[in-house]
Amino acid sequence: MRGRVILGLALVGLLALPLVLSPYRLLLMLPFMAYGVILLGLNLLFAYAGLVSFGHALFVGIGAYTGAFLTTHAGVRSLEAIVLVAAVLGAVAAALVGLLCVRYVKIYFGMLTLAFGMVFYTFLLKFYRLTGGDEGMPVLRPLLLGLNLDAMPKTDYLVGPYYYYCLGVLIVAAAVMWRIVHSPFGLCLRTIRDNPAKAEALGVSVTRYRWYAFVISAVFAAVGGALLGPPTGNVDPTLAYWTHSGSLVFMALLGGFASFFGPVLGAFVFIFLQDAVMSVVPYWRLVFGAILAGIVIFAPAGLMGLFGGRRAPVEVSRT
Amino acid sequence: MILEARDVRKLYGDFCALDGVSLAVGAGEFVSIIGPNGAGKSTLINVLTGVLRPTAGTVRFKGRDVAGIGPVALTRLGLARSFQLVQIFPDLTVMETLQAPVVSRLGRGARFFRSLAGDREVQAGALEVAELFGLADKRHVPARQLPQGDKKLLDVASAFALRPEIILLDEPTSGVSTAEKSAIMEILVAASRRMGLKAIIQVEHDMDIVFGYSDRIVALHQGKVLADAAPAAIRADARVVDMVIGRSHHLPSPPKGERAG
Repeated sequence: MRGRVILGLALVGLLALPLVLSPYRLLLMLPFMAYGVILLGLNLLFAYAGLVSFGHALFVGIGAYTGAFLTTHAGVRSLEAIVLVAAVLGAVAAALVGLLCVRYVKIYFGMLTLAFGMVFYTFLLKFYRLTGGDEGMPVLRPLLLGLNLDAMPKTDYLVGPYYYYCLGVLIVAAAVMWRIVHSPFGLCLRTIRDNPAKAEALGVSVTRYRWYAFVISAVFAAVGGALLGPPTGNVDPTLAYWTHSGSLVFMALLGGFASFFGPVLGAFVFIFLQDAVMSVVPYWRLVFGAILAGIVIFAPAGLMGLFGGRRAPVEVSRT
Repeated sequence: MILEARDVRKLYGDFCALDGVSLAVGAGEFVSIIGPNGAGKSTLINVLTGVLRPTAGTVRFKGRDVAGIGPVALTRLGLARSFQLVQIFPDLTVMETLQAPVVSRLGRGARFFRSLAGDREVQAGALEVAELFGLADKRHVPARQLPQGDKKLLDVASAFALRPEIILLDEPTSGVSTAEKSAIMEILVAASRRMGLKAIIQVEHDMDIVFGYSDRIVALHQGKVLADAAPAAIRADARVVDMVIGRSHHLPSPPKGERAG
């Protein structure tokens, strides 16, 4: 009940924000919402399947570059089409990469995903004819629900229609993920996380369900990635770099991966904290490193744990 | 015969864990496998449950060759197992633990967008098993918070929730107090009748449990079948008593009519 009230208030707040917040802060909300979608997916792997991916930026990159390719090379500017194609490409890539990765667990899984992420990063960096190399590619302003809003000033477009579009995608993504984790499939994932040998003895096909989770989480990452490009109007290979994957894991830990909305909260705090710290000191990574160490040691359940959120679906310290 | 292993050999490098073991289990039987540590009991269980592929020999379940096909495929055919060391899902509640096998039995694990809470068949199936095993009152308790005896029961109950034809119990009463042992056995024998199981195979060290419940006892020694007979015959077999049970062990007196299946 308390959770529903908080969720309702958060929703009203997000809807009303463009009326009260400065354009500068509203622009920060855009990557937050994109990361929110990505983190919902990452957390299916992290909290529900017990797998930590250090290569999820691969799928974020696929989503972001899909937007760049479609708008600049293919003449497709519909954001719905971009999101859809990004989701399909993310799924296809994850289906192939996942075939290998999900046979491994723990650090081996993490390192394999990292390796594939690095391969894709290098591809983006070196095939500059196709990808623009380290300069990346431009992303043209997409059409929203078929509407061409090129006449609007860029900031108005971003803090108005684009803001609500991202919010819509985030809400749909959260609703879909909520269904997934509360489905029979979600239960099977949790049995695998807790005790794979026992899960198999109960007829749960461990590698197959891990693979499903991997593909689903990549789809969310690609969709979120597709939303990251338009605000800056450009995508570059750092989106697929391993430090970006690390930031995603950081967000999940920061918010608290053990709760459903924890990682989304983590994305929010990460974006705004990063902005605040960067405006004070140039070496924000130093500060973030200290924060990360502090979380792991003193608050392994993240911010959600500090707020005394609902019972964790997983015992945190054990994982 | 429902489950039949013939001339099964299993080598680990040079070490021969099973050396020509044959075993057949028919409908209505309660078969116990006994033997000292290192006799090959665990290897045999792992071969029978498809986890290990035998080096030679065949394993047939309902006439199908199931050697090494893996636990997931075997559960689908109707064979379930529980483990020697208690295996639970620490963060799942009792109900969730029992829902998982029902989901897998009904083949609903890939229902990504359906509500688990709204699946009445799964809920009813899990609740039925919880009631049979006396765990219904604790159905919302996370498994890690259960007392040891209940963890053991939950492990066994979740295997029963698959509604198998045969169940293999690897030391169903190990790690629980003597007082709880017979209670667990009574519950699981009653549950197997209610759920229409065709046969039970157990590996057990406790001779009171072995002689109290078995229709047949298979004694393993150094990877070979030393004896395969009714409890009365086993009790009278000097070699088995010497090599497997031990002279010093006080053998329980024959229970009421050797308990027919």
